[in-house]
Amino acid sequence: MKQGKIIRVAGPLVVASDCLGAKMYDMVKIGELGLIGEIIELSEDKAFIQVYEDTTGIGPGEPVFLTGKPLSVELGPGLMSSIYDGIQRPLDVIRSREGDFVTRGIELPPLDREKKWGFIPLVKEGQKVAAGDFLGEVEETPLIKHKIMVPPGSEGKVVDIKKGKFRVDEIVARIQTEKEANDIKMFQTWPIRRNREVYERLMPDEPLTTGQRVLDTLFPLAKGGTGCVPGPFGSGKTVVQHQLAKWSDAQIIVFVACGERGNETADLLLSFPELEDPHTGRPLMERTVIIANTSNMPVAAREASIYTGMTIAEYFRDMGYSVALTADSTSRWAEALREISGRMEEMPGEEGYPAYLASRIAAFYERAGKVICLGSDRRPGALTVMGAVSPPGGDLSDPVVQATLKVVKVFWALDDKLANMRHFPAINWLLSYSLYVENIKDYMNSHVAEDFTDLRQEAMLLLEEESELQEIARLVGVESLSTKERLILESARSIREDFLHQNAFHPQDTYASLRKQYLMLRTILHFHHLGVNALEEGRNLEDILALEVREKISKVKFLPEEDPGILEVYMEVNEAFKKLLQMKGMSGENV
Amino acid sequence: MYKEYLTVSNIVGPLVIVEKIEDVKYGELVEIENPKGFLRRGTVLDVSTERAIVQVFEGTVGLDVDKSRVRFLGRSQQLAVSEEIVGRIFDGSGKPKDHGPQIIAKKMLDINGSPINPVARDYPSEFIQTGISSIDGMNPLVRGQKLPLFSGSGLPHARIAAQIARQAAVLGKEGKFAVVFGATGITFEEASFFIEDFRNTGALERAVLFLNLANEPPIERIATPRLALTCAEYLAFELDMHVLVILVDMTFYAEALREISAARKEIPGRRGYPGYLYTDLASMYERAGKIKNKKGSITLIPILTMPEDDKTHPIADLTGYITEGQIMLSREIHRKGIYPPIDVLPSLSRLKDKGIGEGKTREDHADVINQLFACYARGKEARELALILGEAALSDLDKQYLHFADLFEDEFVRQGEFESRSIIDTLDLGWKLLHTMPSAELKRIRPEYLEKYYTEKK
Repeated sequence: MKQGKIIRVAGPLVVASDCLGAKMYDMVKIGELGLIGEIIELSEDKAFIQVYEDTTGIGPGEPVFLTGKPLSVELGPGLMSSIYDGIQRPLDVIRSREGDFVTRGIELPPLDREKKWGFIPLVKEGQKVAAGDFLGEVEETPLIKHKIMVPPGSEGKVVDIKKGKFRVDEIVARIQTEKEANDIKMFQTWPIRRNREVYERLMPDEPLTTGQRVLDTLFPLAKGGTGCVPGPFGSGKTVVQHQLAKWSDAQIIVFVACGERGNETADLLLSFPELEDPHTGRPLMERTVIIANTSNMPVAAREASIYTGMTIAEYFRDMGYSVALTADSTSRWAEALREISGRMEEMPGEEGYPAYLASRIAAFYERAGKVICLGSDRRPGALTVMGAVSPPGGDLSDPVVQATLKVVKVFWALDDKLANMRHFPAINWLLSYSLYVENIKDYMNSHVAEDFTDLRQEAMLLLEEESELQEIARLVGVESLSTKERLILESARSIREDFLHQNAFHPQDTYASLRKQYLMLRTILHFHHLGVNALEEGRNLEDILALEVREKISKVKFLPEEDPGILEVYMEVNEAFKKLLQMKGMSGENV
Repeated sequence: MYKEYLTVSNIVGPLVIVEKIEDVKYGELVEIENPKGFLRRGTVLDVSTERAIVQVFEGTVGLDVDKSRVRFLGRSQQLAVSEEIVGRIFDGSGKPKDHGPQIIAKKMLDINGSPINPVARDYPSEFIQTGISSIDGMNPLVRGQKLPLFSGSGLPHARIAAQIARQAAVLGKEGKFAVVFGATGITFEEASFFIEDFRNTGALERAVLFLNLANEPPIERIATPRLALTCAEYLAFELDMHVLVILVDMTFYAEALREISAARKEIPGRRGYPGYLYTDLASMYERAGKIKNKKGSITLIPILTMPEDDKTHPIADLTGYITEGQIMLSREIHRKGIYPPIDVLPSLSRLKDKGIGEGKTREDHADVINQLFACYARGKEARELALILGEAALSDLDKQYLHFADLFEDEFVRQGEFESRSIIDTLDLGWKLLHTMPSAELKRIRPEYLEKYYTEKK
């Protein structure tokens, strides 16, 4: 292996000379300890290296080993249920080998080399295969069939295919390409900073349901779409991310805990194996990969962690799965970028962030998408990306927030005023937006109900009107509003409290199917329509608001999915208003 | 014998630049001796083949360019630990300050520590009774949590911290308990308040103190909290003790960090603080926690004074992003003469849910928190309304809420500095206040608890 020599050490930045021949983003090993680093700048024979581990005790004169390969991840059976650090070292194995603290210079294969997997071939000898075609499959967990795909560049004729139990580094197939015969193992490596290839990209047109009413109904995310959730501390970002990981209907979740709290990560690691996947009843962990690089772990590895997660997510997408990646939090990632940039003495942009911050963020989110995967079967796959942003002081003018908003299509604005009022999820309905409403309109209208999009529109309108009316009421008093306007206030309040407010810790309320969401909203708006009608018929607002069925509407969220009460309350609203209208002359004004 | 260098070329603020060096490592400990034999220590911040930039802990006063001798010690800064460390007082760089002997080291520990493997962490779930109602009742602390006190100049955060250190206990559990106290940049008076308080209450026997006072070199402050945490890790994870770490005042720490950053001419982030302030604070705060299969734990209470009581100031803001909640002190409540002036509304304990309830505190705890919170919030709204419109304009119900808010501050929040309330007393007190409200207003409490704990007033 070629060697260079260290000439400078400054925190996570190491500069080495004699590095001619090294390429940008090549992986290097530093010093006697063999710390892992990556080349981020080249100048004549000098290489600037960001180091993924603490550099204390490293000094000039020590060797730098050039591997000649870019920083890569291993992709193959054994990824599922794993917990990795930012550069894909298995944290559970590190713990059993090195103890409770993460020490330096550990080199471990990300995929278990001892474990044998049952390989079932899906092709026959003599068959022609293209890049991305399935050679075989492995039941990685009861939930996930891991497909072994033909790596790009290895297309040709299958000359040998095996069956039985193998370790990941054993040869399971041999493909004769135009030039040579390639041995195929069950795992492949892929550079983390390079997109995995796809056949074609498509427009996202299906919703990613999360069971969270404010998200699914008002600000939906599409499968293959991108979104961000910025908010100050204490506004419930992490709960939103966890709910997404637990309840979204993606088949595979990649959770990147990037520079966040150790205790929160511990909660994730302890609770996921016990949580049930609501769609299959199996432990959630069987479809989850966790990348954990807590705030006190080396800062450069934090920079790499989101790419590590993204590459793993892309790999599963290539098998035709719907994958969701959540990154908590991209601000910590951007800070890592800033820290390294500062040490390289680059000219800073806004707030000390490097000038290339926005392009890096855009490139990251652009790796999401709904695609036709490589492979002759033209299978679809989707990768949805959701990033949390933690702007300082909750200030949305922060460069990371602004750069993120330029690329993502969904914006869930967390609001600490709502959080202080204990309205959860604390997503502000006036500030948030989703640009996927149009894309998924056809899906919603044909799969849920044909008036779904109309109802959503009406609910949004009521909430908008509410904020205007509240403004007037604050200035001149609620008495000055007409009865219809006061009914609007009440209906909007009902949307907020009975529909948008959702308790993540209540067994029934924590998740609502699209159907339940639709029925709930339909009932609330039905009450509003009949209320407007009753006012026009001359009934008193007080009588409308005193109807007992309102209490029932407020309790629907606590009913289990299959409870007939969800549907019945709609009829009860009808009944209640029928009675009210029949009570002619009781309290009507113009009778 | 170490090689000595006489090649100091520049001295800038706390930094010394040494030329023509050989075989120097990043992070290495350095000794600098001036012609009078006065010894100072520092650490290597940046090293290249020609020169090393050394950050001097004790400040650079009295150092000169041509006669200062520099020795590189070949190891990073370490703390000598043994069982004997408990009960001792050290200065900000780890030298004994109590006229006692040096610690005979059983172990030498690197003060920077190593990150806890997230897989090894155990989720904190044991309730700590501090005896302070506004903490135990409303924002309970659990073992292994990091919960800062956000204070302002002139507020009695020191007294509250001392009270917590005095009274903290875990219900029904006996265990070895210790307090590690790290002071950065506080005054002699504040420091001696803690020492006297610990001494008078006997807490000193189970405490370790690291004191860097206001007139001592700011650069030393970078090391002081790390010494305290290294000591805490030794006590918790090797001697099975439950350790409460109190760090005052993190604002001075961050200012010291800014000073070094400015001297190195680094590109500043918000308000001149370096861009890596978050990472730097996290590398300390995250040392709190619990580890699976280990008996001990580290609970961390950093105290910081927010400049102009501004919680969006970078120090408070970044701390809030790392810690699991915060206890906020309020100048308004302090002005009313209420001790402790804890404002429960913006305070938050993120880890409380798993630490309270049946078998830990009491079954009704969570509901009582929510209800007291809701009633107090509404009472404060009513108070604001009354300020604008006059109390007469309030509805009867709002008047009741207003009365509740007053009672809450006066009876629930207010307590003596030496008064330790059990959690049961705190909850009963909460119920006593809730009795002033009609039961129909107590919507956050489950009916079964309402029936059990609430008796309607005639």
